[in-house]
Amino acid sequence: MSLINTVPETVLTTKIDDLLNWTRKSSVWYMLFGLACCAIEMMQTGGPRSDLDRFGAVPRATPRVSDLIIVSGTLTLKMALRTKLLYEQMPDPKYAISMGSCSNCGGLFQLAYSVCDGVDKVIPVDVYVPGCPPRPEALTEGLLKLQDRIQQERWLVRKGDAAQAVA
Amino acid sequence: MIAGSGGSGGGAGASRAMDVQQIFERLGQLCGGALLDAAPGDGEWPRLNVVPTRVAEVARVLRDDPALGFDCLANLTGVDLKSEDSIEVCYHLFSYRHRHQLMLAARASRGDPLLPTFTDLWPAADWLERECFDLLGVRFIGHPDLRRLLMPEDWVGHPLRKDFIEPEEYHGISTRRESLLKL
Repeated sequence: MSLINTVPETVLTTKIDDLLNWTRKSSVWYMLFGLACCAIEMMQTGGPRSDLDRFGAVPRATPRVSDLIIVSGTLTLKMALRTKLLYEQMPDPKYAISMGSCSNCGGLFQLAYSVCDGVDKVIPVDVYVPGCPPRPEALTEGLLKLQDRIQQERWLVRKGDAAQAVA
Repeated sequence: MIAGSGGSGGGAGASRAMDVQQIFERLGQLCGGALLDAAPGDGEWPRLNVVPTRVAEVARVLRDDPALGFDCLANLTGVDLKSEDSIEVCYHLFSYRHRHQLMLAARASRGDPLLPTFTDLWPAADWLERECFDLLGVRFIGHPDLRRLLMPEDWVGHPLRKDFIEPEEYHGISTRRESLLKL
């Protein structure tokens, strides 16, 4: 059965929040930002075989238009402040994926003098992807988890206002 | 290392590996008194201990003398010899022309380690000396841009010093993390 001539008459019912979140989660633009060996896997994830693009995630070369920062690799103390600056340059709403053991907790290098033991000491993290480094499948899973979170968000409802509306 | 064949045949530019004894004797002729020991070390990278004030002179001879011909600074690193109150900087030199190699070692005072820069002889020394300055605090006189390389610009202390104590935090970032095995 063809959709031609039937779709224009179809009515979908949904919540405004769901519709907005569906559009937002389908265009999570991530910043071109790689730190170490995990960045190689991130490039693979964005490449044709894993193709993050099919989930609406495309790389952007500036934090000013990015929705997501994927911290991929060992975060040194020297880079930590710069990462924080990049995160602060991103417009809200913004998300962070911590990719790999180093970014999660310092990993193999957590006792080194120059390494920041986890990016969550600098910026808030939404999804932690374990692995050393995580395979592209794992990072894709991380993005899907993030999309699930985005789909759950309630931007148009605030607790106090909702109580008032009910009353 | 391939030992050089005996005799002094061959032109000045000819490729001829010297063994460490020959290098040692050649250096003794060209800059007498600059070497600390009566004999060179052995091993893959035989050690030559040099008087710190003359290390630049020795390096220049090693590079420019056609028979020595050390055209490559393969590595530059340092050791904190706390018990001897000195910091030893080691230069690994290699000759592509003659296929021989050695290690120069010069000691500086631990309180105020000063050594001449090698950047004018081998440009490769630039970042190697910056790293050595960053991690051990050795100041290389004449270096064009002696900034920290690995640690943040405003870091205090030199992490590879034996008495270095890691600060509790850096710009509000704690440097301590509970062992994951305890979680």
